[in-house]
Amino acid sequence: MLPPDSQIQFDSEGRLKHFLTINGLPRETLINILDMAESFINFGQREIKKVPLLRGKTLVNLFFEPSTRTRTTFEIAGKRLSADVINLSAARMSTSKGETILDTVRTLEAMHTDLFVVRDSASGAPHLIASHLPSHVKVINAGDGRHAHPTQAMLDMFTIRQVKGQFENLKVAIIGDILHSRVARSQIHALKILNVAEIRIIGPRTLIPTEIESMGVTTTGDMRAGLEDIDVVMMLRIQRERMDGQLIPSEQEYFNRYGLTEEKLSYAKNDAIVLHPGPINRGLEISSSVADGSRSLILNQVTNGIAVRMSIMATLMGGNESKK
Amino acid sequence: MKLALQNGWVVDPANDIDGRHDIFIDNGRITAMGTPPKDFVADREIDVNGLHVMPGIIDLSARLREPGEEYIATIASETVAAASGGITRMVYPPDTYPVIDTPAMARMIQDRADSIGSTKVHPLGALTVGLDGDKLTDMAMLMDAGCIGVSNASRPIQNTLVMRRAMQYASTYDLTVFLTPKDFWLAGNGCVHEGETSTRLGLPAIPEAAETVGVARDLALIETSGARAHFDLISCRRSLEMIDEAQQRGLPVTVGTSIHQLHLCEQDIKAFDTRYKVMPPLRTEHDREALVQGVAQGKITVICSDHQPHSVDAKLAPFSEAATGIAGLDSLLALTLRLVKSGKITLGCAISALTTNPAKVIGLDAGHLGIGAPADLCIYDPSHEWVLDEQSMVSRGRNSPFMNSTLTGKVLYTINGGKVVYNSLTNQTKP
Repeated sequence: MLPPDSQIQFDSEGRLKHFLTINGLPRETLINILDMAESFINFGQREIKKVPLLRGKTLVNLFFEPSTRTRTTFEIAGKRLSADVINLSAARMSTSKGETILDTVRTLEAMHTDLFVVRDSASGAPHLIASHLPSHVKVINAGDGRHAHPTQAMLDMFTIRQVKGQFENLKVAIIGDILHSRVARSQIHALKILNVAEIRIIGPRTLIPTEIESMGVTTTGDMRAGLEDIDVVMMLRIQRERMDGQLIPSEQEYFNRYGLTEEKLSYAKNDAIVLHPGPINRGLEISSSVADGSRSLILNQVTNGIAVRMSIMATLMGGNESKK
Repeated sequence: MKLALQNGWVVDPANDIDGRHDIFIDNGRITAMGTPPKDFVADREIDVNGLHVMPGIIDLSARLREPGEEYIATIASETVAAASGGITRMVYPPDTYPVIDTPAMARMIQDRADSIGSTKVHPLGALTVGLDGDKLTDMAMLMDAGCIGVSNASRPIQNTLVMRRAMQYASTYDLTVFLTPKDFWLAGNGCVHEGETSTRLGLPAIPEAAETVGVARDLALIETSGARAHFDLISCRRSLEMIDEAQQRGLPVTVGTSIHQLHLCEQDIKAFDTRYKVMPPLRTEHDREALVQGVAQGKITVICSDHQPHSVDAKLAPFSEAATGIAGLDSLLALTLRLVKSGKITLGCAISALTTNPAKVIGLDAGHLGIGAPADLCIYDPSHEWVLDEQSMVSRGRNSPFMNSTLTGKVLYTINGGKVVYNSLTNQTKP
């Protein structure tokens, strides 16, 4: 039985037609996406950085929320697959009066868009869009509210596998603002599906959502205990607008307890790796020496993001058969 | 106009009647049951053999969208919908545009409803001017203009001193204060219950404490202000326990809930299904069971529709931005009967929660079929199955999570003040 927010992702034959959440995807689908991304990874170094997989297709990057790196990597991914890529950064009204989000999408669909990449500040917006488009139009979620950021989670999985080779024996810690994080939710789903040994959530109680344990994780407020024996440290961005003195008393206090320094990283395994979805806040959630250090894979994540997004686009557009 | 209803099965818990009786109506009132009064010659006889005859439903919370949002629904459209659902009286919360905070507004709404003649509308006066929580309204004059109680609708009064004075002032005139407790700060911009669903879907959450803190505060203020209060839309088990404890100590408080809180819980939201977005939010299955049990035990005495019609577009939005509420007039009776059918509550308990109990809350001699009572009746076929869909719904609002489900129990006649205001065979018109 698929989780309810996952059902819409599959067509009647069980093929993946949208990429909205990791939740409910078969392990095989994730592995196939990672494997295909592997074949795209050295693309950027070729003389001609294009394959014709999406030639003649129109991709619209529809970003209702500001983004630089995610939008850019989707744009590059689309272009390397030979799609015609249109970027739209739009502000929208959060009321039913005036043009609604569906009006905007239907207008663009009327121009024969084949694939939408959608980011929105409201959880569930890509689901809403996917459920109101003709069945041949695909939707990729590029981040919706606090709900999901599945392509980010996939590039994180790719980066982990690149270094660690497998998932089964890994112990993973996710640190920071889980409450507001779509990245964390998608990472947890992906790590569970890929069968990691353990997932720990570390942060103050104000930033950990209620009943997060129902997603199969444990929680702690203590970095030393939380990082012990950890293979993969996944940092989350602390958004400065949250730092209003209610969720976190101060930046100093947060850095003191949860900022990833060399010293705190030493609690983890010697070969532990550090990931961060970016953009990083140096001196708030991570120290520069760790961010720029040898165990940091932050820039690898960005590079990998292009290959992984190419792979996901190719999967949806018919490059891969994923069965339920 | 003399009316005789023959061979019906009368269910009137207030008078302990549950059996086959003829009912005789004259001049808008019930004049006899069983044998006709001397010299009674009916102008009209209706054979209601095989049907249940109950007092007209009194719905303590229904939004009609007029004035201010006539593009969604009107007093005409929604009173006709109510009549087709067996509802003879509705209480209208004051959050209209403009707010019901003047006698003129209160009278205008009643006049509109009276001119249509389907279902009577009893406005609630605003507790504070513009529902802004600062300044008390002219409550005595609102009462004179027909307001049967006062309320700040779903807008919490943050200032506890204003709340206390509003209660004290209302109690001077023995006005029932309708309360929908919600702590403004804890509720924040939340749109679902804080629990498994909010965490899974990443939606801003409203903790249970947003309601229980509000209940605790309001109970403390009721205790020291002398006000009589009705908690109209309780959603948590814990709130119910707190109010029950206050009742044991003799506080003049009553409790109601909406019919959807008795059927649905947070998991029903599934994948951002905006039809399930309501306020207070759907809570846990545990809470839902406790509320149903509360009805069975007589701790919750009132079930209302919490009718909130919306345009189609208002629900076609991301969950956090979609409109809140369910269009519930059409399905109130059938969904209440579903609880009876499942064995959770008795028929008498169900009918009481829709009729005599809400009548008591608003201090009306209605909701029962005693001799001399207003001839407000709902006559339904208890075994008639029907589907709630675009065709069958009379309300302008089509926003119901029960859409396309099969319901059992269909209203065939509604009689209001001795007049047949709905007849399922002839009255199919929608204004």
